[in-house]
Amino acid sequence: MLRWLIGGGREPQGLAEKSSVQTIGEEQVQNPYTELLVLKGHQDIVRFLVQIDDYRFASAGDDGIIFLWNAQTGEKLYELHGHTHKITAIAPFSSSDVTEEETDLIITASADRTVIVWDCASGRQVQKVSCFHSTVKCLTVLQRLNVWLSGGSDLCVWNRKLDLLCKTSHLTDAGISALVELPKNCVAAAVGKELIIFRLSASNNGSEGWNILEVKRLVDHQDNISSLVSVNDLTFVTGSHLGELIVWDALDWTKQASECNFWDPSVHPDVQPEIKLSQSPHETSVQHLTSDEECVFAAVGKGIYVYNLQMKRVIACQRTAHDSSVLHIEKLPNRQLISCSEDGSVRIWELREKQQLPAEPIPTGFFNMWGFGRANKQANQAAKKMHENTPVYFLELVGDLIGHSSAVQMFLYFGELGLATCSADHLIILWKDGERESSLRSLTLFKKLAQNGGLQLRL
Amino acid sequence: MISAPDVVAFTREEELEDDLYREPPLPEEYSVPLFPFAGQGANPWAKVAGSKFTRDFILISEFSEQVGPQPLLTIPDDAKVSGTFDLNYFSLRIMSVDYQASFVGHPPGSAYPKLNFVEDSKVVLGDSKEGAFAYVHHLTLYDLEARGFVRPFCMAYISADEHKIMQQFQELSTEFSKASECLKTGNRKAFANELEKKLKDLDYTRTVLHNETEQQKKANDKGYYTTQAIEKANELASVEKSIIEHQDLLRQIRSYPYRKLKDSEFHPYEPECALDRADVGSDQDPAASEPGETHLYTHVPSYTPKLIKAKSAKCFDKKLKTLEELCDVYFFTQTLDQLHHIERTFRGDVCYLLTEQISRALLKQQSVTNFLFEDVSFLDEKPPEKQYRSCQGLGQDAIDEKCSEESLAPKVVISLGSYKSSVECVPIKMEQEMEDSEEPKMSESVTSEHQENLDYLDADIKGSISSGESIEVLGTEKSGSGLTKSESQASLPVMPSPQAGRSKVGSRRTVSEDSIEVLSTCPSESLIPEDFKASYPSAINEEPYVDDDEGGLRFAPRANPGVDDGQDGVSKQESLVQVDAACCIGKESPNFLEPLPELGQKPCEEDGVVRIPPQPYRAAEQGLRGGFPSHDGLSGGLLPYELDSRYLSGSREVSKSSLDECSDSTSYISSAASTCSDRTPSPAHLGSAARERHRKRAGQNALRFIRQYPFAHPAIYSLLSGRTLVVLGEDEAMVKKLVTALSIFVPNCGAHAKPVKHWVTSALHLVDFQRWKLIGLQRAVSPAGVNVLHALGRYSRYLSILDADSKTLRCPLYKGTVVARLADHRTQIKRGSTYYMHVQSILTQLCSKAFLFTFCHHLHLPISERESEESVVSRRMNFLKLQLGLANEDIKIVQYLAELLKLHYIQEPGRGGNPLLRFDYVPSFLYKI
Repeated sequence: MLRWLIGGGREPQGLAEKSSVQTIGEEQVQNPYTELLVLKGHQDIVRFLVQIDDYRFASAGDDGIIFLWNAQTGEKLYELHGHTHKITAIAPFSSSDVTEEETDLIITASADRTVIVWDCASGRQVQKVSCFHSTVKCLTVLQRLNVWLSGGSDLCVWNRKLDLLCKTSHLTDAGISALVELPKNCVAAAVGKELIIFRLSASNNGSEGWNILEVKRLVDHQDNISSLVSVNDLTFVTGSHLGELIVWDALDWTKQASECNFWDPSVHPDVQPEIKLSQSPHETSVQHLTSDEECVFAAVGKGIYVYNLQMKRVIACQRTAHDSSVLHIEKLPNRQLISCSEDGSVRIWELREKQQLPAEPIPTGFFNMWGFGRANKQANQAAKKMHENTPVYFLELVGDLIGHSSAVQMFLYFGELGLATCSADHLIILWKDGERESSLRSLTLFKKLAQNGGLQLRL
Repeated sequence: MISAPDVVAFTREEELEDDLYREPPLPEEYSVPLFPFAGQGANPWAKVAGSKFTRDFILISEFSEQVGPQPLLTIPDDAKVSGTFDLNYFSLRIMSVDYQASFVGHPPGSAYPKLNFVEDSKVVLGDSKEGAFAYVHHLTLYDLEARGFVRPFCMAYISADEHKIMQQFQELSTEFSKASECLKTGNRKAFANELEKKLKDLDYTRTVLHNETEQQKKANDKGYYTTQAIEKANELASVEKSIIEHQDLLRQIRSYPYRKLKDSEFHPYEPECALDRADVGSDQDPAASEPGETHLYTHVPSYTPKLIKAKSAKCFDKKLKTLEELCDVYFFTQTLDQLHHIERTFRGDVCYLLTEQISRALLKQQSVTNFLFEDVSFLDEKPPEKQYRSCQGLGQDAIDEKCSEESLAPKVVISLGSYKSSVECVPIKMEQEMEDSEEPKMSESVTSEHQENLDYLDADIKGSISSGESIEVLGTEKSGSGLTKSESQASLPVMPSPQAGRSKVGSRRTVSEDSIEVLSTCPSESLIPEDFKASYPSAINEEPYVDDDEGGLRFAPRANPGVDDGQDGVSKQESLVQVDAACCIGKESPNFLEPLPELGQKPCEEDGVVRIPPQPYRAAEQGLRGGFPSHDGLSGGLLPYELDSRYLSGSREVSKSSLDECSDSTSYISSAASTCSDRTPSPAHLGSAARERHRKRAGQNALRFIRQYPFAHPAIYSLLSGRTLVVLGEDEAMVKKLVTALSIFVPNCGAHAKPVKHWVTSALHLVDFQRWKLIGLQRAVSPAGVNVLHALGRYSRYLSILDADSKTLRCPLYKGTVVARLADHRTQIKRGSTYYMHVQSILTQLCSKAFLFTFCHHLHLPISERESEESVVSRRMNFLKLQLGLANEDIKIVQYLAELLKLHYIQEPGRGGNPLLRFDYVPSFLYKI
């Protein structure tokens, strides 16, 4: 197990010793992104990308401007000005009201303590709320109830028309860092180290009135909760700065698996006790979580960890997936995982099942590298043990995208349309499948040719 | 791009011979007969003209009412250009052809003097003695102080190559019309100003006179008018008349359809006031019509400047206005610019000009692909429609037909008048004995050229010759005999000499010189034969003598535009032989070929007004022409010594193919050797000349590059496949030179400038690779330099890096074949421009492959709905490999070009579109020398 925990073990030994980060050569057969478009417009760090529909997305960042882009052509659709400070949160809000025609809205919150609702079709500002006492740090849309929530120092509930329906009392000065919707009209809010569960209930007097009640406070985390993600209707996961990962039951808010410091040897018996990370706390913080039905993928420090919910343990990891902190990860449908990092690169990983190979001696180089002091015999035995009963997974690097010159803050996967990445170098890059684009262009060309009635050659 | 480098002249290159022998011999029918006198490296392309000027130039002349025809200025304004060419004499000749009406004054039945808005005349004439052929553009400018208010001017494009003038007639006409229009616009403005001033003066004078008259009236109580008073009253009346006349003139000049210069790019002017054609004939020769005119207008400058500070009315002691004063400084400089432009445009050999025009026309047609490797902006400049049309029109069969016709009837004179059907041949002076045959011929010349050629023969020649003589008579009588001698050159020397071609030209000139072709602009009805006869009774006097001398044998090959040079040459050759056989073993030919006797005559021919003194003939130069040892010492020998020696040193340099420093002059001169009339370095600035120079330099640099760097192929492959190539180096000049060399391989992404950045000092970014495909980058030791290198390392997957200092290249592997043909380091091509053309032709091949690949429907879309994507892909690959014959990496080149084509085609006009960066994940290798 240790073998695949450490860097997948596929790279040549010498190389691994020299550089802790797995690298891939210039030949990347599986990397489909062979074409890129640079989208310029922002004047400061671009922090957020949010998908509006199948082909549009919005970007926002520290310059307070929101851009709407066409993900296919890279065309800039709108440039939305309204905020005077940097954007702190952005959420799409598409109305599925039967009564109204379908409109795509986006809600943005800014450090200027305002929230603006924009119409994506017209690029106009629909409404602006500026009655906040503090910066709104997170926004969540509850489509089901047709309301949206803003989390700052308190939690407010709004309807589509931007009427304040109800709000909690002042919770904390630091403000709510994350919000997630739970079943039964509940929301979980990460407030510092605490996780507070609120429940929305219809008020008795008004038709559209809502009350918000604090239901429970969960204080299991030992450090600030940095990420909060809902896995399915039954579970949600939180991660903290200290590297704790807790799996919660979404219905009764109990700890299903308290993988507190789950890579800490004392808690996790399978993982060797020697694997005490000699990394700074910052490097163990859970930067981002994402999940599919089976696994939770955690971006922890420079590494990526795959935690299996059923097995309740880390099944694969890449301890140093990047040169610096991983900022965002996402699971693709095809068993691939994309991560982006402060080092400016985006990497594509594939979760693979490892063939049962006869155990190889673990090169000591890995241990030295990680500062493991102990002998490796135990590790060997443990690895052998694991091989016997469970499928072994590892993350293989299948490609990397190098384009940004500064930290890649976030990315947005558009399926066939490609991948949009945003970065501190003020740029957004659309990565595309060159083959597909080429054939699309051919298609367009023949369409245009048919329109023009053939080539108009000046003969 | 189109121009085939194979056609470019070989000059003496010993190494070539081996290669030539190695190749299988051409089938007989394809081989071009060797230039018969090609021994000892004689350059068959050299214009062995008897011309006394070194290259084409533009001459502006005036028929001054004081001193007669005089040259005003030449473009380029360089005494070396016109050399020993007698500008005064030539001015006289060209000015005497202006039979254009410059009639101003009281037309019968009109009360006031009438301004004629005279249409310019465009004439081609030649002077075999001077070895000069000219396109002459006559125009008249208004001058209040001039006789009849008009001053006749002409602008002439003078070249030693008659073909050039004829073939480029349309273009010359268009361009000179612009210049003329510009001059005339300025002149109208200046003239109107002058009139206004004059009117004010007159008005003032009238007031003063009126006052005086009144005073006299008052003072006079005797009841009768004194003579003084009557005089005053007369004076007043004449002033008033003058005012009315001037007002009328002002109205006329203002009513001229005046178009603003800036809005319309001086379109050739279409006259509204039609010229009274009856006047044309009588005014053909200003000298002839002078007396008539004078008495008509004597009263016009009757303005007595008694009271106003006006100029003297006497026109003989006053200084005439200069052209600049006549036309307003602004317009004058504009015109000069235009003329300089003309000079640059038409510089060079005619075959070069034609090739250029044809290739440009063809390129314009490749509207889909031409942007890739061509400067599209220059294609839009001028549509060389006519040339192309004529070239196309003369298809293979047309040429054949003409050839056979010519060989069947070699003695038929195909006069220059039959050059175009729209061209009328107007023998200006008709002989009296030919009166009867004249009129039908005139009509025939318009209707059918073949017919005309046969039975028009004699009349045409004789008529034209007589006209030439008459001009001589009217002008300077002295030149008559000399000219006659040269005209008798129809006879050809029997001895084989490189002058055969030349004397052939001479024989042709007998016709072309003297028949004055009025082309296109002058309506034919103006040319009534009777008028000619009436105007030139004296012209016929010397006629019989010339006629006898000519012996009835004429040879004038038709100068059809676009007739393939080779074909033409062959047919000429044939006719030549027949001419030889027929008669006239030219005894005078040595006279003609030997320029010395003519030079001896020269001084006595000179008129009083000499602008450029004749230079002593440098006979020694002939001996110094080591590059082309003349066969019999009679070659034209008109290359000035300086240029010649430069040529020699240039060719030596090239043959050494020194790779150290590339100088423009080297590449220039080496290429100039083939185009002989282009003997001066082109100016560095502006337009086509600069472009031309850039090509040569780039080609030369590229040639050095492929010879010097064994890894040129992968570097060029990188450029052709769209992978940005960074040239890294400390020395800016060296890097820029490499970038220039490589820039000819960079495909354009759109209709903009080439994606080439010659010099960058800061770290590169992804956006740069999107925008530029070839970058020169500074290597610096500073911390900034470290950043630069770091960025290179980071983005290495998008880049090929050519290190100019350590001579290494890091880039993907190339195993294709296209680049090998493109950049063969053992190439025999020595000249930059030739290599440039070679590159262009191969790139054109690539473009056409890319075009096919892009626009073949079935290669990109499934034929049936059930067809899988895989089969389309395999079909595509098969097409690339089998149909287009591409191997390995060549496929990527074509695919990249195809992408560019697609992008270009589907791009919305007006929208720039986002530049794409396409790349491959392929490993790079390090190449070292």
